[in-house]
Order: sequence, then structure tokens, then C-alpha cells
Amino acid sequence: MTVLSADALLEIRHLRTSFPIRSGVLQRVRGHVRAVDGVDLTIFPGETLALVGESGCGKTTVGRSILRLIEPTGGNIWFRGVELSSLSADAFHPYRRQIQIIMQDPGSALDPRFSVRDVIAEGLEAFSIGADAAARTARVAELMRSVSLDPATMWRYPHEFSGGQRQRICIARALAVDPTLLICDEATSALDVSIQAQILNLLADLQAARRLTYLFITHDLGVVRYFATRVAVMYLGRIVETGPVERIFASPRHPYTKALLASIPSLDPARRSTRPTALGDVPSPERPPPGCHYHPRCPERLESCSRADPPVVAFPDGICRCVLADAGGQARTHAA
Amino acid sequence: MSAPLLSVENLSISFPGDAGPVRVVDRVSLSIALGETLALVGESGSGKSMTALAIMRLVPKPGRIEPGGRVGFQGRQLLSLSVPDMRAVRGGGIGMIFQEPMTSLNPVTSVGDQVLEAIELHASLSRADARSRVIELFSLVGIPDAKRRFGAYPHQLSGGLKQRVMIAMAMAMRPRLLIADEPTTALDATIRAQILELLRDLSATTGTALLLITHDFGVVNEVADRVAVMYAGQIVEEGTRVELLGRPRHPYTQGLLRSIPKAETRGRRLDEIKGAVPAPGHWPSGCRFHPRCSNAFAPCPRVEPVRTAVSPTQAACCHLLDRSVQP
Repeated sequence: MTVLSADALLEIRHLRTSFPIRSGVLQRVRGHVRAVDGVDLTIFPGETLALVGESGCGKTTVGRSILRLIEPTGGNIWFRGVELSSLSADAFHPYRRQIQIIMQDPGSALDPRFSVRDVIAEGLEAFSIGADAAARTARVAELMRSVSLDPATMWRYPHEFSGGQRQRICIARALAVDPTLLICDEATSALDVSIQAQILNLLADLQAARRLTYLFITHDLGVVRYFATRVAVMYLGRIVETGPVERIFASPRHPYTKALLASIPSLDPARRSTRPTALGDVPSPERPPPGCHYHPRCPERLESCSRADPPVVAFPDGICRCVLADAGGQARTHAA
Repeated sequence: MSAPLLSVENLSISFPGDAGPVRVVDRVSLSIALGETLALVGESGSGKSMTALAIMRLVPKPGRIEPGGRVGFQGRQLLSLSVPDMRAVRGGGIGMIFQEPMTSLNPVTSVGDQVLEAIELHASLSRADARSRVIELFSLVGIPDAKRRFGAYPHQLSGGLKQRVMIAMAMAMRPRLLIADEPTTALDATIRAQILELLRDLSATTGTALLLITHDFGVVNEVADRVAVMYAGQIVEEGTRVELLGRPRHPYTQGLLRSIPKAETRGRRLDEIKGAVPAPGHWPSGCRFHPRCSNAFAPCPRVEPVRTAVSPTQAACCHLLDRSVQP
């Protein structure tokens, strides 16, 4: 049974994506990696949902599955109530306009043979926006101004721009088709800190001006705390905790969320703050541990955690996938 | 005060360009005391990694260290050592670790044998003694099950364990100085916290001095005793960790710290530094930061600021601090 939120912009249920593992000279398939292993996620209009996790947790695969850049193995994705995964390529085309993505490396995301004008106008042509080439050029100029680029530079090539300017070009290209949802996949991770601040300010301005919704995929918890409204924490293919950003940072429920927060270095010279609380290393997603995927690294694990999948415990402000959260819920009931 | 372990004076590095040599490091001076951790901080293209490579005399061709620079280490001038003598320093007195442990390890040799080779190259130990030294090193850097891991190949280890192997290799000859270039940048957050703790523990237990190259002020606060900030090839400010993070005096350091997203700035715009870091060969005249500086005044585009001490341990190159400069 699936209950959809009436006011959701995007709703993901039981999303599964697996990749074949190939080996040997014949590249035979010898197994599958479950990169995304039953993810449920809801994105509300106008919010910034941060999807956080470490490398290999599947967060990038979730973003690409929404756009069908990767075909999911199972599950459903609804956008404004329309189930996307069952649509034909033609029927999906208009939704491709509503959902845009910007990625980590603005250098490799831009075709070096196209001028900035042609890069930004690509989506306008694909969706037949603008009467003619001149109208599209005028639209490109307007888009460049909206991301603080000088329209006089539109006939130059991407390599003539700095890393921060190239990310502005990518943002202008994404905005050209007037999307509703913008997926930002590590969009500021490759930038120097002074440039990251410029891009975060730009994204905040654009969100206010155009009522954009962001799915902000990142490993940087400092940026999440500053920028997100809600957070989903992912570990080895599964969402382990969701909640509003203030609550997640003030009182995390899942032991993995606690470990992530304890790893944020402080800038206050009066205290050195990081404590390594997660034990050992991140296991390979090819062989996730049985039971709770986090149990080998968890300082709070119970004997049962290695055997049984943890329950998804629902709270008024989010979920927590941990047997301890369940116990905590009962304890609160008794106290009340 | 005793002589520093490492002292770099007037170090400049240049690469040939279309219109003559282009400097990437410009008259850098710094020193590190025995057992001390100095963080060299800067954005991409600031020259921080090239400075570290020059100390090891590993500047990639066709780059060259310009005449007039000096690198003193334990009383010897490294820039005038013979090639074999310099190789001995690299294996012995100074160890180095890099950002990408994945690309620095040989994929077809077990990690134990790789560290063993490093020891046998520089010390005359029996095979059995060298082997037990490797296992001892693996335990020192927190590799669990060190005996069994000796025979593991790099692809069988996670990124965090590979970085520990690299640290073990760099520590093999009990160096007095460890140079670590972005040692945690490629690592996940929970693993980064483990490696930072390891670097702190190593310096406390072995007394090894550390030159930490990083772009991350959070990492600086976790590990450093002193900090030097680089911009466009030059050191623009230095001081103790508490001084630099608590009361930065150079507008660039101040701007960098303000531009980092923090809990307190939530819901407010971040303070930006306008523009972009200038590339080598395009460094502005006078103070190189002046086109991006909101405090710039008359002398900044014309006159290069000199180093001005603001405390016995803190100094910055900024006209605002120099009383002899008239607007």
C-alpha cells in the first residue's frame, strides 16, 4: 500500500537501482551491487532537501534515477502525482524540462566546442522555447545577467572562464527551461571556499526569485547546516534518518547521523571538536553487512542488529531506521 | 631560541611561459620548530603544494627553484645537496604523504611488501626485523589486524586504510618532519575524523613535526599549532592557530573565514570575496589581493605591502597594519 502526500512535489517509493558487477576477460556478470536499496523520499515544493552521505552510499544514483539518466530496477517516482517510471520516452520529455540537474565538475559538464551562448541555448532549442535564434540569444543574455555573468562574454568558450563562472554557466543552462526542481549534485564541492560562498548566495537568490525546489546532494555537512531546510541521511543504499535541519543537528536519532555530526571540524579556536565515533571503515556496497548495514561500525549496536533489518520508525518530523529509535519512542510514551 | 627544524627562506619557483618565466611561488619564508605542526593554507593555485614539493626538491619539470632561495633542514642546506644525499633525506629525515592514496600505491605488490621495500632501501635491517618493523608501523597508524593486512593488496583496502598505509610508509624511517598534502581531502567525513586523530596522536607520541598543506580551516583547527596563509604565491599572514582563527588581521584571511557556511550564519547571506583567485602570470600589482579587497585604499594597487608584526607570533602583509604607509 502506498500513501502519497497530497502536497508533495516529488515522491519516491521503494526505489531500487542495482548495477551488474562484471569480471574476467568475458566480462561475465558475477553479481549485482544494490546502489539504492529501497529508498523512500518526499520533496515538498519550495524546500531544500539535503541528501547526505559518504561516497558509495547511493545518493548520486538517487538523483540520476529521478531524471532517468539511470534506469531504476524497481520502485516508483511520482512528480506532481504523475508516475514517471511508467512513462514512455516521449511522454517523459516534458518532465525532463521540469527537473534539471547541476553537477560537481562544471569543467567536464560543458562541451568545450560550444560557445557559452550555444551551451545555454541548448535546452531552449530542445524544448522549442523562443521564436527564433535572435529571441533565444536575447533570452541567453537575460539568463546570464540573472547568474551575474556579463552577456558580452556569451560568444566565448567554457575554458576561458574560471571554475566559479563555469558553475554559473551550468546554472544558467539549467534555468533556461524554467524548471521546478533543481537537483544540485555536489554542486559546490569542487569550488574554493570563497567561490562556494558566491554560488550558495546565487542559489539562495534564485530560489527566492523563482520559487525553486532543490534536491541538494552533498557530503558536506557544514553546507547542509547552512543551506538546507530538511535532511535525509543515506548509508549504503538506504535512508537511515530524515528530519528538519535544526532538529537533525540539535538531536540526531540515528547513530550514523551522530557520527557524521561529530566529524564536522569546528572553526572555534577554543575547542577542537571532531571525535571519530564511527568504528572502522565504510564497507564495500558490493557486500553490505547483513541486518542493519551500519552495525559493524555502530558503537551502540545490539546483538540483534547483525541479524534483523532495523525497523523504520516514524516520528512526527521524520523517520529513523534503527532499533534503538523504536525503544526510544516507547520510553517517551511511558514518560508522557 | 634553538634553531628551527626546517627553515625556508626567500623561496621562489617559476615555470617557463610564452612571455618568459612565470612565478608560482614568490619569495616564501617559513619555519617549523621540532615537533611543531604548521598548517599552510590557501585556495587552489596559491602555491602551497608547490612550496611543499620544493622542500623535497620534487618540483615537476620544467619548473625550477630560482637562485637565492634556501631550505635548511637539521643544519643542512637541502637545495645544494647531491642527488643521492637528497634521496637519503627523502627516505629518512622527511616523509611525505599525498591526497590520493589510491594513485600512490603499487597495485600489484602487497602493502606490507611496499612498506618493507621503503625500509630496506634506507636501512640495513634483516628481512625478519624489517618485517616486524612494518607490522609495528601498521599498528602505530591504527591498521586493525596488522599481521594479516601485511599481505593485502591496495584494491582490497578502503580509502581510509590506504591512507594509513601511506602514513606508515612515510613514518617508516622515523622522520623528524612529515609533509602531508591534503591528507584528508579525498576521504569521507567519518574517516577524515579518524585520520585527523591519528595525525595528532602521531605527533604527540613520536615528536614528529608536521607541515600540513590544506584548504580547509576546520582541518587547521583540529591539527595545527601555527598557521601560514598563502595567496597568489605569497604568505600573506601567519600566526598561532588561536590568533589566526580567533583574530585574523589580513583582509584575505578574514574574508575566507567569513565565507565558510556556519550554523550561526544560517538564513543570512554568506560574506563573499568578490572575483576569483588570479592565476600565476596574472598577479595584480602592489598588494595582489587589492582588486578583491573591500578595504583597499590608495597605496594598495601601487605598493607591495611588507610583513608587519602584530604580536610576537602573528604577522600580516597589509598596508592597513603598517603605520609608515600614508593613504
